[in-house]
Amino acid sequence: MRKLFAFYSIVFFIFLGSNSWAKRIIVSASNSSISSVKHAIEIAQSNDTILVKSGVYQESDLIITKPLTIISENATIDGQNKGEIFIVKADSVTIKNFTIINVGTSYIKDFAAIRVRDSKAFNIENNTIKELFFGIYLEKSKNGRVVNNKIYGKAKNEFNSGNGIQLWYCNQILIQGNYVEKVRDGIYLEFSNYCTIDNNTSKDNVRYGLHFMFSNNDTVTNSRYINNGAGVAIMFSKFMQMSHNIFSDNWGSAAYGVLLKEVNDTQIYANTFSNNTTAINIEGSNRVTYTHNDFISNGWAINSRGANYHNKVNYNNFLNNSFDLLYHGQLNQNSFDSNYWSNYTGYDLDKDGIGDISHRPIKLFSYVVNNTPEAIIFLRSLFVDIIDFSEKVSPVFTPDNLVDHKPQIKKINHDKNN
Amino acid sequence: MLKILKYSFYDLIRSRWSYIYFLFYLILGFVLLFLNHDIGKAIITLMNVIIVLVPLISTIFGIMYYYDSKEFTELLLALPIKRSSIFLGQYLGISLSLSMSLLIGLGIPFLSYGLLESGIIFDFIILILIGFFLTLIFSALAYNIGLRNENKIKGFGLAILLWLFLAVIYDGIFLSVLMLFGDYPLENITLVGTVLNPIDLSRILILLKLDISALLGYTGAVFKKFFGGTAGSLISFLILLLWTYIPIYLIYKTAKKKDF
Repeated sequence: MRKLFAFYSIVFFIFLGSNSWAKRIIVSASNSSISSVKHAIEIAQSNDTILVKSGVYQESDLIITKPLTIISENATIDGQNKGEIFIVKADSVTIKNFTIINVGTSYIKDFAAIRVRDSKAFNIENNTIKELFFGIYLEKSKNGRVVNNKIYGKAKNEFNSGNGIQLWYCNQILIQGNYVEKVRDGIYLEFSNYCTIDNNTSKDNVRYGLHFMFSNNDTVTNSRYINNGAGVAIMFSKFMQMSHNIFSDNWGSAAYGVLLKEVNDTQIYANTFSNNTTAINIEGSNRVTYTHNDFISNGWAINSRGANYHNKVNYNNFLNNSFDLLYHGQLNQNSFDSNYWSNYTGYDLDKDGIGDISHRPIKLFSYVVNNTPEAIIFLRSLFVDIIDFSEKVSPVFTPDNLVDHKPQIKKINHDKNN
Repeated sequence: MLKILKYSFYDLIRSRWSYIYFLFYLILGFVLLFLNHDIGKAIITLMNVIIVLVPLISTIFGIMYYYDSKEFTELLLALPIKRSSIFLGQYLGISLSLSMSLLIGLGIPFLSYGLLESGIIFDFIILILIGFFLTLIFSALAYNIGLRNENKIKGFGLAILLWLFLAVIYDGIFLSVLMLFGDYPLENITLVGTVLNPIDLSRILILLKLDISALLGYTGAVFKKFFGGTAGSLISFLILLLWTYIPIYLIYKTAKKKDF
């Protein structure tokens, strides 16, 4: 009797357990009972796992209202340009390993391949999105992860294309290891705070590689921004951190490595800017520190457009840029000390590693080019070198207090100084 | 003509000045490479040097050689040799010996620092090509000045002035014009103005290599077209060829008519 009771109770507990633990639902194109993801989502209980077997599923508007884990094994979801595909409205949802194609284009609604709304602790991982309008669109969500996704757009114009990854009123999101190309903005954050953006690649986008609007306290690290309209654009934001990123080959008349507009109390350090038309464009930004960055072979390394106060540009390397600095307005307590300038011509007699005469990073010719853009054709002309030299000796047009008082004699080795 | 070319060439090769010129480039090349070890950077520095120095030296050498060998030229004129062969032979002799000094003087240090494995051999060829063209153009211009001026001092003065004008003053005037008429569309004028000066033209070829990111900052469509593709380099080289042809043709013309 006692044995029988033990047996029954074990069976009972197993039964109970399997019920309260997660159930597995397998979706397969050849399986007649569950052949669509939509059906699987409808019949699933909270915390179930849906496994989607390989094949192409022509589905859209998959609305998820309970915590689910949806994992694909080589499955492709074809939205047939009808509209959105995954719409997540619940907490703790995982969407993993999917290939999503053909998101609808609309000029009234922002259709997205994966939309997350009012959700917490979601996980969007390893998905590939092609033929999209918007890729991953997060709204009013928290504590989620967007990791290792690949987004391939075909955008040509700003007005009829969407963004790769868009955040709107989101907090504490981790965006890591994603690859985004040829969309409007690679990654776009609006009113989103405390987000971490790490190790992403954003390439060939029509507008910006990464775009912040009214977002504070975000960090951007170890990412690559190549050949975008602007690598990173930060507007109306504060307390940001950018480090160890690479900005390169952002070419064009309005192309920047980093575009800062009304950005306060931000730190930009240990980044590499190479071959951009303008590496950093600054406007109306205060208390921003730029330290230990490398500016290599850019057209203009820093273009300060005015209304910038209390900024610090220290310990950077300026190497072979056509122009190191273009500056408008007064000095406004900005500091340009202790940098290494590859075209510094001074000497160091007391051998303390700091040049004995201060360096003027501004060339008169950069003003001429600013007023008469065609004059760029005289770059490196002997005549221009002569007028630059005479301006350096006795500044008339450039602010005479804009100098690096402690120019470094040797290229700064960032690892040692950090 | 070949005989006279050969004679001038050997004559110049044995002269002290050719050695000094050759040694100057040799030392410049070695010092630059010794100082920064980066062949790419050394080429950039050399480009800046070459567009200023090569025209200056070619001009001075050209005019000097013309006046120096004047008596010998008059002797040759008494012989039954075609005038064009005499003058073109002499001219080619001097420009080839100058180009050779440049090529060997820069070639030795760069080859010994591993130019062939560095992958920027194309840049080096452009550099030598530009130097070669500038030598041809400026020694031809100097020869023209010599042919038209019996007075040595005047000839020298004019030759130096010509160099100063094309290297510095031209850009100054041109830049002031651009700034004065900044409100008008100036793209085409700028391109035409550049093309009219061989030093500017060579500089553009260098800019296309070095400062392409800054050049693309300018919005103009004409510029973009010119600088964007290979068309810019190609057109520039064609115009350099034209620049070489015209002064040589002028030597030929003037020499034919001139009274000695």
